[in-house]
Amino acid sequence: MYLAKVYVTYKNSILDPKGEAINDALHRLAYQNVESVTLGKYFELKVKAGQQPIADQVDEMCDRLLANVNMESYRYEITELED
Amino acid sequence: MKVAIPVFPGSNCDEDLYHALWDILQITADLLPVTVTNLSQYDAVILPGGFSYGDYLRSGAIARFTPIMAAVKDFASTGKPVVGICNGFQILTEAGLLPGALRANQSSRFICQNSELQVTNNQTIFSTAYQPQEHIKLPIAHGEGNYYCDLTTLAELRAQKQIVFEYVDNPNGSVGNIAGIVNRRGNVLGMMPHPERAVEVLLGGTDGLGVFTSLLANNQREDVHA
Repeated sequence: MYLAKVYVTYKNSILDPKGEAINDALHRLAYQNVESVTLGKYFELKVKAGQQPIADQVDEMCDRLLANVNMESYRYEITELED
Repeated sequence: MKVAIPVFPGSNCDEDLYHALWDILQITADLLPVTVTNLSQYDAVILPGGFSYGDYLRSGAIARFTPIMAAVKDFASTGKPVVGICNGFQILTEAGLLPGALRANQSSRFICQNSELQVTNNQTIFSTAYQPQEHIKLPIAHGEGNYYCDLTTLAELRAQKQIVFEYVDNPNGSVGNIAGIVNRRGNVLGMMPHPERAVEVLLGGTDGLGVFTSLLANNQREDVHA
């Protein structure tokens, strides 16, 4: 069994209005040293070992569903879990 | 002409569309569940607005994997007309039937208002009822209607005359003021504004009728598809 932690965020070229709103709110809370905020999505997938190498499968799941690669990029970490 | 209206869990403009088609335009239409896998008896498919699957993950991201969407893909590949309105447009981009994606509005606010549009291309099967460059007013109601595509795609959309509707006063930050586009073949239209909400004087205007009357008029003309 594997644990895949997947992070999906907007590409740099894509405006992130929610991130900007949070950035503004942090400034109102007097955290003036916050430069920028990026809001993204975090997924934890527990995956049984299958035919396909786990990283290939996670890549495929990201491309097909978890991220919209038109406007989002993703990265992930995979760890093996004890059964 | 017989129109299929797929109804996803969370669709909420399906009844408006059904009313516009049946009661105003006398067009036969069926509301269909997502389990339907054969659309061969229909002449057009219109995906309604709403929040399919609660907009979970991304708007349209879950709806595109339903059985009926596989049928819509097959349907579109034969050259028959497919329209996506609002959430329907979002589903069509997620399904890869139209290029680009819909992002959160630049203002991060849900926008519900009448919007002035320019009919940029009146030579599609969805827009022949309008005059070239005609200005029309249609309601918009969306939180994620900010159209995005890269510059290469935008240049292609322009070169191929795929931009059908443009906002006169861009409300949401859309690239190129884009409010509605067709695919390269010209048989799939996606638009954020709601033509089905502008079909009666009583409800504020009839500028949306043109989308449906165009579709009706071009239904038998094979030459205008593809």
